[in-house]
Amino acid sequence: MTHALKHAKQGNIDIRNLSIHLQQGKQMFEALHNVTLSVSPGEFVCLLGPSGCGKSTLLGTLAGHLQPTRGSITVDGQTLNGPHPERGLVFQQHTLFPWKKVIDNVAFGLKMKGVPKQQRQDKARELLALVGLAGFEQHYPAQLSGGMQQRVEIARVLINDPRVMLMDEPFGALDAQTRMMMQQLLLDVWDRVNTTILFITHDIDEALFLADRIIVMSPRPGRIIEEIRLDFDRPRQADLITSDHFMQLKRHCLDLLHPQDSAFPLRRLSPLGASPLKQSELTS
Amino acid sequence: MDNSLSSTSIHAGHTPATGLILPWKTFARVLTRAASLAVCLVAWHYLATAHVDLGVVTFQNVPSPAQVLTAAWELLQSGKLVSHLAASLLRVLGGFAAAAVVGVALGLLLGRSRFAEDVLLPPLEVLRPIPAVAWIPLAILMFASSEVSMVFITFTGALFPILLNTIHGVEAVDPRLVASARSLGSKRISLFTEVILPAAAPSIFTGLAIGMGTAWFCLVTAEMIAGQYGIGYYTWASYTVQNYPDIVVGMLLIGLLGMSSSVLIRKLGKWLMPWDISERKSS
Ligand SMILES: Nc1ncnc2c1ncn2[C@@H]1O[C@H](COP(=O)(O)OP(=O)(O)OP(=O)(O)O)[C@@H](O)[C@H]1O
Ligand SMILES: [Mg+2]
Repeated sequence: MTHALKHAKQGNIDIRNLSIHLQQGKQMFEALHNVTLSVSPGEFVCLLGPSGCGKSTLLGTLAGHLQPTRGSITVDGQTLNGPHPERGLVFQQHTLFPWKKVIDNVAFGLKMKGVPKQQRQDKARELLALVGLAGFEQHYPAQLSGGMQQRVEIARVLINDPRVMLMDEPFGALDAQTRMMMQQLLLDVWDRVNTTILFITHDIDEALFLADRIIVMSPRPGRIIEEIRLDFDRPRQADLITSDHFMQLKRHCLDLLHPQDSAFPLRRLSPLGASPLKQSELTS
Repeated sequence: MDNSLSSTSIHAGHTPATGLILPWKTFARVLTRAASLAVCLVAWHYLATAHVDLGVVTFQNVPSPAQVLTAAWELLQSGKLVSHLAASLLRVLGGFAAAAVVGVALGLLLGRSRFAEDVLLPPLEVLRPIPAVAWIPLAILMFASSEVSMVFITFTGALFPILLNTIHGVEAVDPRLVASARSLGSKRISLFTEVILPAAAPSIFTGLAIGMGTAWFCLVTAEMIAGQYGIGYYTWASYTVQNYPDIVVGMLLIGLLGMSSSVLIRKLGKWLMPWDISERKSS
């Protein structure tokens, strides 16, 4: 039993028969096909799939930045209506506000809610301590290492008490060692805040180490081809990744993903740029 | 000499970047620059005093550095300098400020809104290739006072660099940054003030610095034609009354003013954008 499930009451994601098309006119194509997925409150789910299969598209839709073509998505029973601070989004890198100091980056969500400065800075300080960055409040993002920047990202999202945290390869740009440290940190943090996490990764080890459940997707248009439930004990230790059971599952995942290696490589683009993000389309 | 000095201090390992190496190198570079200026001055002095005549170009009527210095000193003492400077500065400031406000506001709008682009871009595209100087006759006809027409010319000159750089800056904002901000609760207005504007700021300041240059350029031209005071007028008037040293005084003043106002903008940019590391490195 994952202990986070015990106390989380919100953050239930329900996706039914979801299809998503990107681009317009002749260039339109199906990025996701008939995806049905249900995530329990407080669950940690990893999405694994070949490049270009529509993982970021799914996350962007859950965040409220892209429109589904067919099907429905609800979070705690409510249909999505544009982006919302309760659905926090974390990208791979370079999405902190470079012009804001670390503390103001973290406090940003509360500023948008109109919380007075003193109060929001106090809360931001608390969250920075939670991710192990006490003392870096007055730095600019560019002065921090990649791992530290990702911690700030996490704190910045957590300040809004999100029901779900949507993470798009958040550790993808980090070196192996920092990445393992961040995985541990994320599990520690998740343990304390009880939010649902939907986590995209290319790294099978990472998915196996973090998740309660792994969703494996097919090449484009993305469909769910397998769900793997992981019942490794928590809290998980680094030596888990050398255990036999872990290795078996890893081989299984490799088999699922391998056939696509020969597939035509697709350009890596952000689906958020698939339609030019101008205001006419953005108004929610 | 220089080389051995810097390499020993590197190997010693005790001298940080601010130690022995940097001041010496900086000093050497300053020296080089000063020498370059001095060579230009000497060349000018020779060409002017020897009245060199090369057929295509002649230096017979070109004043020497000494004559120019004297003329500058006389202008300073006569007290006219202040009124000329004040007239030019006021016009430039007026035109440039208006261009900055209009250019940045329009640029933000055009960069973000499809509709604004469809409505505003076609006329702007037609107007853009027309050099501000070509506006002078029409401006004189359109505006009651020549003062306003000169400010208008300055405005036109500064507007497009500012506008285009703002649009470019806004369109280059990473969509993931915008998505992050919206997911953190930014709405329309706060998205502009908290994200789009600061993200586009480096590009906007580039536009402002270029715009300041074109503003001076256009103003001086306008003053030569329509002015009664101002550095451009002073320069042209000196020619018509055959006060040749004064022409060069006027030219140098224009260069000095243009340069210092651009530097001022860059300083302002640095002060307003302490996070912008690219700016810090490039200077
Ligand atoms: N801006 C865009 N313009 C055109 N096509 C796009 C754009 N963004 C994404 N696509 C295409 O849409 C499909 C889904 O993209 P998406 O980014 O969701 O895939 P992904 O699974 O996240 O891939 P990756 O693992 O490389 O991040 C891909 O085939 C991609 O090529
Ligand atoms: Mg992706």
